[in-house]
Amino acid sequence: MRWLFEPGLFANGSVRTALVLGALVAVVSAVVGIFTVLRGQSFAGHALTDVATAGGAAASLAVVSPLFGFIGAGVLGAGAMDAIGVQRVKDRDVATGVVLGAATGLSALFLYLITLSTSTTGSTQSILFGSVFSVEPSTLPDAAVLGLLVLAGLTFIRRPLLMSSISPELAGARGIRVRWVGLGFMVMLAVAVGLSAIVIGSILSTALLIGPPASTLKVASRLSRAVALAGVLGVFATWLGVILAYDSYYWFASRRGLPVSFFVVVLVMLEFVIASAYTRWRRVHVATLRRAPREEDGRS
Amino acid sequence: MFSSFMTNAWISGTIVAILAAAVGFFVVLRGSAFAAHAIPNGAFAGAAGANLVGVNPLVGLVVFALAAAFGIGVTSRRTRSDVATALALVLMLALGAAFLATSNDYEPAVNALLFGEILGVSSNEILPVALLAALCVMGLLVLYRPLLLSSIAPDLSVAKGVNVALLDVAFLVIVALSSALAVPVVGALLTFSLTIGPPAAARLVSSRPHRALALSVVFSLATLWAAIACSYWTNFPIGFFVGTMSALVYVVVRVVVALTSSVRTHGRVDIAVPNLTL
Repeated sequence: MRWLFEPGLFANGSVRTALVLGALVAVVSAVVGIFTVLRGQSFAGHALTDVATAGGAAASLAVVSPLFGFIGAGVLGAGAMDAIGVQRVKDRDVATGVVLGAATGLSALFLYLITLSTSTTGSTQSILFGSVFSVEPSTLPDAAVLGLLVLAGLTFIRRPLLMSSISPELAGARGIRVRWVGLGFMVMLAVAVGLSAIVIGSILSTALLIGPPASTLKVASRLSRAVALAGVLGVFATWLGVILAYDSYYWFASRRGLPVSFFVVVLVMLEFVIASAYTRWRRVHVATLRRAPREEDGRS
Repeated sequence: MFSSFMTNAWISGTIVAILAAAVGFFVVLRGSAFAAHAIPNGAFAGAAGANLVGVNPLVGLVVFALAAAFGIGVTSRRTRSDVATALALVLMLALGAAFLATSNDYEPAVNALLFGEILGVSSNEILPVALLAALCVMGLLVLYRPLLLSSIAPDLSVAKGVNVALLDVAFLVIVALSSALAVPVVGALLTFSLTIGPPAAARLVSSRPHRALALSVVFSLATLWAAIACSYWTNFPIGFFVGTMSALVYVVVRVVVALTSSVRTHGRVDIAVPNLTL
């Protein structure tokens, strides 16, 4: 296993923190992501990372805890999107776009002010791309509590949420308050995304939110299985990505490693390609093998 | 404010604003805001890559923007388009992060590409920008009628024999070219603001396509000119003004429309299907 685990990998404190925090965020993202993909809210899920990033920049200017900035801004952004209107799909598109545009404008200002007030460089980089290797171990308890809160909240509303995601009309007829369930989900999405944006950066936040759930939904049809599989895929990509990024330091003579985000995204994409290929294979072969093909669990 | 070193800023800014409004009109109509956000961001990675190889950044921008457009267009046939867009976006950004990690010049170049450096546009950059813009406008003119029809009444356009899948890719290519030229001027992040805010506001005011399109150009020009002026006076980054003012235009117009419209439409007017003869 020497080829995979370079010397000193597990003795390295920041690698251990990265593995623990990365797994936590990957699981939360996967669970929230299943609903995000089902509801067709990938754009909002991605936009909220940029909104959260603007909040992070503001927090570092105001000398507030960055975690507070990321999550506060995310929740505000989710509220603004809801206020502009998320009922119809095309309205939702515009609502997300307007909020995202405003947030990036504010980011531009905050980052400019940060570079004015401090001479430190690298803030744009770390805010945009994030790095699990630079996460402080002290973030762990707060992150764990927030992650568990999101998971608990989702468990609580999973039935009305699932129903109103699949058929809003039917859910409404059954007395589910679709609007409130949707708003509740947006808030949880904002918290989850803010959490992952601060821990692993905005690229990976979107990658882990959408990638593993999208792969999973191609193959699994039951909610519990889909959630479990997405969690496994997310954690696998994150851990292998962290390890490869650590190793990559030794690959080049220049002693300059490639970023974690690069490896994790490539792995997530591989998972997606494999899942797609498997679905196509199964559709062709299983359908011809079964003489009387049943409706394939309603999912193709 | 209109001194010689600002001339390039005004010219390139005006080109970008007109183009963003025209493209954005269809982006809002078709509900493809996510693609309009993802393509310039992917293009940003291309500029970082071009930097690494030592090619003109505009080449990298165009190549990556086109790759993003084709990637999203082709993948969308099998996967939900928002998922396809998200995956294409993170792949591009991850490549950008890898390029930046292996190159030497960091922060200033990245900031300029993300948030734009309109005051740093040089005279010899204007010609390629103008040519690309002309190309995009011509593309929009050619596709105007089928685009409008397929955006408003997809079923009708299929019935009329429009190849919707091909049209989709063609439109994304126009989005890609227009964002590639806008990125060095207003930045990857803010190209998008101009594409959404002003056209969405224009749609609230008028339900007629031509009028809404014209209004979208007016709003966009007003936003960008005001942003250049404010940025000049305050020294704050132009991206801040473009981003917040684009959103402000939408919010203000929406409030005004809601207050003045006698028939309550919840601030939304659907564009009527025009009499199109294809």
